[in-house]
Amino acid sequence: MKKIINKTEDIVSEMIAGLVKTNPKLVKQIEGTTAVVRNDVKFSQTKQVGVVSGGGSGHEPLHAGYVGDGMLSAAVAGEVFTSPTPDQIYEAIKAVDQGLGVLLIVKNYSGDVMNFDMAKEMAEADDIKIETIVVDDDISVENSEFTQGKRGVAGTVLVEKIVGAAARSGMNLADLAALGQKVIDNTKTIGIALQAATVPAVGHPSFELKDDEVEYGIGIHNERGYSVEKIKPSKELAHQLIEKIIQEFSDQTGKFVVLVNGMGGTPLMEQYIFANDVLNELADKKIQVAFSKVGNKVTSLDMQGVSLTIMKAEDSWIDMLEEPVNTIGW
Amino acid sequence: MELSLADTKKWIELFVQKVESEKSQLNELDTAIGDGDHGTNMDRGMKAITDAFSKKEPEDIVSLHKTVAFALIQKVGGASGPLYGTAFLDMSKKAKDDADLTTLIQTGLAGLKRRGQSDVGMKTMIDVWEPVANALKADEFNQSVIDEALTSNKALVATKGRASYLEEKSKGHLDPGAQSSAYLFEALLTVLGA
Repeated sequence: MKKIINKTEDIVSEMIAGLVKTNPKLVKQIEGTTAVVRNDVKFSQTKQVGVVSGGGSGHEPLHAGYVGDGMLSAAVAGEVFTSPTPDQIYEAIKAVDQGLGVLLIVKNYSGDVMNFDMAKEMAEADDIKIETIVVDDDISVENSEFTQGKRGVAGTVLVEKIVGAAARSGMNLADLAALGQKVIDNTKTIGIALQAATVPAVGHPSFELKDDEVEYGIGIHNERGYSVEKIKPSKELAHQLIEKIIQEFSDQTGKFVVLVNGMGGTPLMEQYIFANDVLNELADKKIQVAFSKVGNKVTSLDMQGVSLTIMKAEDSWIDMLEEPVNTIGW
Repeated sequence: MELSLADTKKWIELFVQKVESEKSQLNELDTAIGDGDHGTNMDRGMKAITDAFSKKEPEDIVSLHKTVAFALIQKVGGASGPLYGTAFLDMSKKAKDDADLTTLIQTGLAGLKRRGQSDVGMKTMIDVWEPVANALKADEFNQSVIDEALTSNKALVATKGRASYLEEKSKGHLDPGAQSSAYLFEALLTVLGA
């Protein structure tokens, strides 16, 4: 394993230190934690519902890269691929609550759900109003009662953008939670990997794929997918993923949003090629794409691969996605 | 039966040693059906326990369990942090009026079920805690209880936690949380002199 790091146990604290030092106008670190909070002038001058997210590290720019006016109020970074702890989440909640309550955006993993739950209990004991929405956009896993349910993956960034914009516009806590849930329900993602990620503390990729193999349905923590096949031209990969995702939408009229997300180790060049194929195929299918985005938004360390997210959107969501925002990563 | 303060501390210290020496083993188990960091995460919690003990010697069983709980909740993260943390926090609360060992383990088990919204047979640490709690109650706690619990855990299909995404493929792998729980109870056996 070759990584530009010092000690593996210092990865998260040093990453946060670097992120804060290079973006002092946008974010500051909450003392004694690996959480960051908005540091722009407007933050202390304008009241709004706080929006806090967080999760394991290794998905940058998620979540700290999305802290800023119009998106997240604070983000909590856990260890690599490991949920942050309740005390840290609680500190982030306290740092952003302006008396209007705080919305927690949690990706659907048992660890994240439990730690955010404990933090919610701590904050409620302080009379801070809390609502939680759990993102579960990954349709590659069955949403059955016999599993944790679908995972929260790249669609999370779209949820954070829309909810963040609505919070900035003054929406109240209950309405924000309802909006967030509606966005989640209309957001579907599948990821593919050409190579698994190497967790620094482990030192080697978590699973092996041959040079000519691609795995469908992987998660953002090296969770295995539903099938391994021979690699195909981008056009065919796009076709396969679209076919699988689009059947999730019973009504294919109206406006759609597309996110082509790089997993960390795939060049933007390839992401744009794939995005071109996705948009061409959707145009052929007469599916109207009103907003699209390409880039490394929700990564999985150095995993090679992409994920495709398609969202059926209301007009107001498109506006909220298009609103300018000042963050490190959007 | 109540464990003395000294024995309870020894129990936790043996657990700490065991997890520290088996860190890579726990990571390996987690790599097979999870994300490969259970050993690393637990090890961070173990160091926090050792630090907390050295900063302030626990005065009684209540504060000892609470110290362990806070160290784990604040340092482990993932799912194991809140699970082990909740178990020890609930045990600490219970110990205020009843410090009977069997009662405490049962209380910890109930805490695990509540926090994880899970039960025995879902391929989690509960598969070890429940048989141990039952064996303590029946006064039949020994190594074979732990061994059998691990054997049956290995054969299960996971229906909770991250391993549940693997469905049938999780069969034949030992759940890392069950293994770390086994270390906890093997340490307890040592203290009990069994």
